[in-house]
Amino acid sequence: MKVLFALSESWAGIRSNVSMVISIVLVTFISLSFVGIAALLQLQINEMKNYWYDRAQVAVYMCTDVSPAAACPTGEASEAEKAAVDAQLQSTVLAPYIDQYYFETHEEAYEKFSEEFADSSVASYVTPEQLNEAFWVNLINPEQSAIITESFSGAAGVEQVRDQRGYLDSIFSFLNAGSITAAAVAGVMLASALLLISTTIRLSAFSRRREIAIMRLVGASNFSIRFPFVLEGVIAATLGAVVSAVAVYAAVEFLVQDFLAVRLPFTSFVGAQQALTVVPWLILGGVILSALASSVAIRRYLKV
Amino acid sequence: MITIQHAVKTYKGSDEPALKSVSLQVDRGEFVFLVGASGSGKSTLMRMVLREDVPTTGSIHVLGEDLINLASRRVPIFRRRLGVVFQDFRLLPQKNVYENVAYSSKVIGKPRAFIETAVPDVLSLVGLSEKAKRMPSELSGGEQQRVAVARAIVNKPDILLADEPTGNLDPKTSGEIMDLLQRINLGGTTVLMATHDRGIVDRLQKRVIELKNGEIIRDEVAAGYRDVNTGEMPKSEEF
Repeated sequence: MKVLFALSESWAGIRSNVSMVISIVLVTFISLSFVGIAALLQLQINEMKNYWYDRAQVAVYMCTDVSPAAACPTGEASEAEKAAVDAQLQSTVLAPYIDQYYFETHEEAYEKFSEEFADSSVASYVTPEQLNEAFWVNLINPEQSAIITESFSGAAGVEQVRDQRGYLDSIFSFLNAGSITAAAVAGVMLASALLLISTTIRLSAFSRRREIAIMRLVGASNFSIRFPFVLEGVIAATLGAVVSAVAVYAAVEFLVQDFLAVRLPFTSFVGAQQALTVVPWLILGGVILSALASSVAIRRYLKV
Repeated sequence: MITIQHAVKTYKGSDEPALKSVSLQVDRGEFVFLVGASGSGKSTLMRMVLREDVPTTGSIHVLGEDLINLASRRVPIFRRRLGVVFQDFRLLPQKNVYENVAYSSKVIGKPRAFIETAVPDVLSLVGLSEKAKRMPSELSGGEQQRVAVARAIVNKPDILLADEPTGNLDPKTSGEIMDLLQRINLGGTTVLMATHDRGIVDRLQKRVIELKNGEIIRDEVAAGYRDVNTGEMPKSEEF
């Protein structure tokens, strides 16, 4: 069986089945794009975890005069209470877990706040006294924030202990939900792509049943009878996979890098490099899945 | 060449076997007519020689292969040594005469050099060199059947199976096809031909195997088409 002959047979099949082949291209394109989106969202989560978890701090907020009475019955934390927290942070119990920590005064908190909300009218209502003084703690291992939380929750003069990772986790669970949704859509679309491929291959085999009957009579091998059909499915699906690869890459390049990354400069986003690691898998996946689907379909349809 | 021993074929869902203990032997270079009414088992026998089906019990050896125990991946290789011609020609309508004949060489991967000499040779043998570029729809029935014969023999098979090759042709054209088959037979190819055509069988006086209800009721060398039980010609509705 010459390769050229197999190719020309596949080409004949594709031409006689143009609309079905186009539908395979489109369905594989959409399904693999969703696979790509799911994968990139996971990479995005990892990217953000790597970036933010290292920077995430635990804040021990001290009481102010405007703090809720339940946590701070005596109002503004006293110097003694602040000294107690400071001493505990330096104690042999906690010190091994702490990379570094620093104290932030009302004024420093106000300065940071004004900077962050410079464009907002909120800044003009807030006075330094309303903002908590705080000990900002960088842990050696950010996963161990519970140690700080347990040590200082309910301590005298401490309003609240807050792990910044808490804010991030809600973002991550949001992104994760998006990723799972994309994967689920991808799963459904892939299933329909596989069914579509096998239907198309059978249709193609049916429309060429005369040739197949003659091929069998003259003793063409099973492989050479089936191969053009498998090739037909693979060519169509590969086209779809390539289109999805281009789409995923373009989405990262233009939507994420040129749009999101410009508007949210302090967040690390997936870039061309991650897109290029995902893209080959999309194409490979498309080729393998379509080869499997079409060879199973043709095997069941064409018995010797 | 072909050895069948006590072959029985029972199809699912039918009590009466299609073949009841058929035994026969065909040697190299023979020309054999397989005659009998519709449903007598001719087609079943042909299908078995082609390994489209195997006997339920008994044995069949063709070209030295035990067809019952032949691995399915070896079946295509076995079939390359057989040529087949049908009543309805079975040409590919979108390919021209040359391509139809070349197709059967191409699909089994014959080299281009072989195809370029074998196809014109076989087309001249069947007398269609002038019409190599014609499409099957532009040919008469006899010409189409000659293309089918050319396709069956282009790979130089050891056995040519012909299932009612003259069934759709008028007597004169049938005669041309038979001349062609005899010439192929003279070249050393064993020919096994199933037919209803009394005139042809009587004229050629070759070996005749007659089947009736799945049994061989006659196997004679140099015979005609007669009903062995009554000594009369078969009734006309059997044609």
